[in-house]
Amino acid sequence: MTELNTLGLAEARDALRKGDTTSKELTQACLSAIEGAGALNAFVHHTPEIAMKQADAADIRIKAGDAPDMCGLPLGIKDLFCTKDVPSQAGSRILEGFLPQYESTITSNLFGAGAVMLGKLNMDEFAMGSSNETSVYGNVINPWKVDDRDLTPGGSSGGSASAVAADLCLAATGTDTGGSIRQPAAFTGTVGIKPTYGRCSRWGVVAFASSLDQAGPMTKSVRDAAIMLEAMCSHDPKDSTSVDLAVPNFEALMTGDIRGKKIGIPKEYRMEGMPAEIEKLWADGAAMMKDAGAEIVDISLPHTKYALPAYYVIAPAEASSNLARYDGVRYGHRATLAAGDGVTEMYEKTRAEGFGPEVQRRVMIGTYVLSAGFYDAYYNRARRVRTLIKKDFEDVFAQGIDAILTPATPSSAFGLGEMTDVDPVQMYLNDVFTVTVNMAGLPGIAVPAGLDEKGLPLGLQLIGRPWEEGDLLSSAYALERAAGFVAKPSKWW
Amino acid sequence: MSIDQNTAARVAKLARIKVEEAALPALAEEFNTILGFIEQLNEVDVEGVEPMTSVTPQRLKRRADVVSDGNQPEAVMKNAPDAREGFFAVPKVVE
Repeated sequence: MTELNTLGLAEARDALRKGDTTSKELTQACLSAIEGAGALNAFVHHTPEIAMKQADAADIRIKAGDAPDMCGLPLGIKDLFCTKDVPSQAGSRILEGFLPQYESTITSNLFGAGAVMLGKLNMDEFAMGSSNETSVYGNVINPWKVDDRDLTPGGSSGGSASAVAADLCLAATGTDTGGSIRQPAAFTGTVGIKPTYGRCSRWGVVAFASSLDQAGPMTKSVRDAAIMLEAMCSHDPKDSTSVDLAVPNFEALMTGDIRGKKIGIPKEYRMEGMPAEIEKLWADGAAMMKDAGAEIVDISLPHTKYALPAYYVIAPAEASSNLARYDGVRYGHRATLAAGDGVTEMYEKTRAEGFGPEVQRRVMIGTYVLSAGFYDAYYNRARRVRTLIKKDFEDVFAQGIDAILTPATPSSAFGLGEMTDVDPVQMYLNDVFTVTVNMAGLPGIAVPAGLDEKGLPLGLQLIGRPWEEGDLLSSAYALERAAGFVAKPSKWW
Repeated sequence: MSIDQNTAARVAKLARIKVEEAALPALAEEFNTILGFIEQLNEVDVEGVEPMTSVTPQRLKRRADVVSDGNQPEAVMKNAPDAREGFFAVPKVVE
């Protein structure tokens, strides 16, 4: 039998059902893989005791014969999710020592279904970053390697992507505000789906930009994504934007039959200076979907170019408001004060010590665009542009488009430290293909589709209609089958 | 639109983040780079377009205005850097 930690969710579920293995064995295999993978710096808080306890409970449930799909399957949990009595720091120094006294709705759903938590996963601080270089825990390393450089796994869910790609867990949770699930998935040859805004409860997930944040699964296959997404979704009265819609059996909807479906190719995504390899991958993807029976249609999303600048108004604005709560009073870090320091000095010193440079930068940009005199010029204008971005998508869906195919990222994984000396905007461009989806609240999935000439994975993105994740997963399954991506990083860690 | 050091200092103050004097020029420059990128939004004709308030068509849900949770002061105070006698403690606020 193959090593148990290399299994996906579906294979492991089926093996558990047949009695070929136990959750305990699966969990132990993952725990030893994690132990041997310190060099990747993906897991930052280890919870083996919790894992073994959950695994034992899962094995009893499986034996009793009424176990849900996720029962007994070992997962990594992004550090952004509050997990009761387990450190949940959002990759930030300001939440050092914070032990949530409650469980996020999503982790409650997963653990309620019998899933096992192996530990917490590294990420960019407060999910702000595209390379996992802003974390208080240090950089995450991509298991993919083609020369002596250490490569980024992408961000902000870099720990999740690295852990899944390196088979340290069967799957992981991620969150996506501008591409933080899909970009790291593409950089590591894994699958990541961001569902429609409102599908997954945000309760207990540390907030970055509340109108854009959505959680989703990061997995080894499209089928696994369907299985885990269903377990994560629920209507939650504790999140006022959570949607009261039945959660379908996504796996059952995933037929992979795309005959007659209309797949849109947006001309605005053909960016100037796009690497030929990305362009080819995209064309190949379209050809594969055509071969599978879909109709390929050229479409236009005219406001695409403005999504990223609008995002860099809206996301920092919401972050500046959300992160105001880190004041050294109720939880987390408080700076040591000098004699005579008042409450304002406490706030200022605490936040200067607790937040890293990128978080400080975004909080201050957000403060600026919301400040008196600039609110209309920046914030309200960005919200108007956001309305237009969403309308672009509504127009093409009204024309009968079922899904939109785009590249997931403008390049393959780059070297850690290579973007340090460029201005912040260059780093922001990583999200150019993914951010539109958050701005419009739509579901989007990254599927590994090939290797570049260096041998690094590249991903394609499919964007679906709101609430139709089942249909989107079905198209993604067709693409996955046609692309036949099976490469794995060879173990060096 | 260009941000000078005074504006950068004012924004840092508003955000309640202590920034050393020496770090202000670099910060102002970063702000200008990012704001320069954002300036593109001025090319868009937004005449008559409503600012988005909700990305999904649903309106915010309401619930009855009743106590639905509470009575757990220990859990609430558990993570406080300084909690005394059931209160969060902070430096003196009022003279």
